[in-house]
Amino acid sequence: MRKAKDALRMGAMGLSTLFTCTLAVALMGYVLAKGLPQLSWALLTTAPSYLEDTVGILPDILNTLYLILTAVVIVLPLGVGAAVYLNEYATNKKLVSVIEYAAETLSGIPSIIYGLVGMLVFSNLLGSCLLAGALTLVVMNLPTILRTTQESLKTVPQSYREGAFGLGAGKWRVIRTVVLPGCVDGVVTGCILSVGRMLGETAALLYTAGFAHTLNGFFSGMSSSGATLSVALYVYAKEPGPGRQEAAFAIAAILLLLTLGIDLAAVLVKRQFQRRHL
Amino acid sequence: MNPILTSHDLCLWYGQTQALKNISLDIPERSITALIGPSGCGKSTFLKTLNRMNDLIPGVKITGEVRYRGEDIYAPGQDVSALRREVGMVFQKPNPFPMSIYDNVAYGPRTHRVKGRAKLDEIVEQALRGAAIWDEVKDRLRKNALGLSGGQQQRLCIARALAVEPKVLLMDEPTSALDPISTSRVEELALELKERYTIVIVTHNMQQALRISDRTAFFLLGELVEAGATEDVFSQPRDKRTEDYITGRFG
Repeated sequence: MRKAKDALRMGAMGLSTLFTCTLAVALMGYVLAKGLPQLSWALLTTAPSYLEDTVGILPDILNTLYLILTAVVIVLPLGVGAAVYLNEYATNKKLVSVIEYAAETLSGIPSIIYGLVGMLVFSNLLGSCLLAGALTLVVMNLPTILRTTQESLKTVPQSYREGAFGLGAGKWRVIRTVVLPGCVDGVVTGCILSVGRMLGETAALLYTAGFAHTLNGFFSGMSSSGATLSVALYVYAKEPGPGRQEAAFAIAAILLLLTLGIDLAAVLVKRQFQRRHL
Repeated sequence: MNPILTSHDLCLWYGQTQALKNISLDIPERSITALIGPSGCGKSTFLKTLNRMNDLIPGVKITGEVRYRGEDIYAPGQDVSALRREVGMVFQKPNPFPMSIYDNVAYGPRTHRVKGRAKLDEIVEQALRGAAIWDEVKDRLRKNALGLSGGQQQRLCIARALAVEPKVLLMDEPTSALDPISTSRVEELALELKERYTIVIVTHNMQQALRISDRTAFFLLGELVEAGATEDVFSQPRDKRTEDYITGRFG
C-alpha cells in the first residue's frame, strides 16, 4: 500500500516535471521555428516603408540599443551610489529599512504603472520620445539595481573594512578600494538582469517612448518617438498587411535568443566571480 | 621607561552597557604589554580604544583620556588617519584583502600617498622581511593573498601593518586562529619586533603572556584589576582575583 502511494507520488511529480519541460521546449521551439525562417538580411537592415509596403526592423533594433544604453548609463551610478550611501554612510537604520522595504515593493509592481507615471511626468515634459522611455526604465529598474548592490555590499566581510581603516585609510578610500571591488559581481549581475528586463518591456514604453519606426541617430533618436523591438512586436502582431505577422515572429525569435544570451551571461559572470573568490 | 601610550580614567559604554570602568594604564615604549582576562572582560575593547577603532561601532561613548606621546587622541579635531598610521593593528582572524600579496602590503603606503615603483618595492620587501615571511612569498608577490595558509596570512597582515611604519602595534589575539607552529612563529616575530616597536597584545593564553610579554595587565568585568611586570603579576599577584584567574580557578 505504502509502496503504491510512493510510486503514485513519484509518478505525479515526474509528470509535472515532464509537463513543465515540454511546455518550455515547445514554446521556444514554436517561436524559433516560426521566427527564424523569417529572419532575413533585408528585414534586419532596412526601415519599414508604408509606400512600398515593406517591413524592416533596423530602427527598432537601434531604438532598443539607444534606450537600454541610456537607461543603464543613468541607472547604474544612481542605484550603486544610493546603495553605497544606505549601506556605508546612513546612520538612521530605521529610515534605511523603510527605504529597503519601499524598493522591494517598487520592484514588484506591474510595469504599466511605471508607464503611466512615465507618461504623466516624462512624456508631458519631453514629449513621446526615447529619452522619456529611458527615464521611465530608469525609475523602473532603480529598485532592482539598488537592492542587488546592497545585498552584495552586505557580503563584503566587515574584517576587510576594519583592516583598511586600521591602516589609516579614510572612509571613501575604504569604499573605493576594498568594498566596491568586493561587490562588482553583484552589480554586474543586477545590471544584466535589468537589461534583460528592459529588453522585454512594452507596457512601460508604449506611452513614453512611442511607436515610430523611423531611422535615427543616437541624439536625434533621444528626442523623437521610437519603438523598441518588444513594442514593434506588440504593434506588428496585430497590424494587418503583408509581412507584419512574419516580422512579429522574427522579432520574437530575436528577443528569445537575446534573453537566452543574457541569462547565460549572468550565469557565467556569477561563476567567474565565485571562482575568483576561492 | 617612558610611556608611549597612557590611558587615564577611561570609561566606555556600548549604548547603556558600561564595558570599561576607569582604566588607567601606562604602556612603556619598546616593550610587549599583554592584556589578559576572561572573555568579555573588556581587554579587546580597551585595545581598540588605543587607535580609535571603536569609532566604527555605532553607539559607543567614551570618557576619560588616552594620550599618545602626550597628545589626547580623543580631542576634537584629531586626525584619526594619522593616529592609525602611528598605532597599527593586527586582528584576531587574519584579514588580508582579496588582492595580491604585494598590493596587500602596499595598501597602507599607497593610502598615505607613497608613490613610485622603486620606493614601494623597497617598502614591501622591508615589511615582508620584518614580518619574517619574505622568503616564503618573494616568488609569488603577484599571487592572491587568500591562497596563503592561515599562519602566513597572519604574518602578511603583520607585514601590512608594518609597511606604514607604525610606532605601536596592537594585536588582538593574533594567534587564536592559528596552529601551534604558526603561533610560535608569530610569537618569535613579536619578540623581534619589540626591539623597534611597542606591542600591546590581547591574549587568552597565559603561557603566551608569560613567554613574550614584559608587562601584563589583568582585566575583569571591565575593570583593570592589576598591572605590572609580567613576572610579578604571575609569581606574586597582589590581588586575589588575579591569582584565581592565572591559576585557572575561573575564566
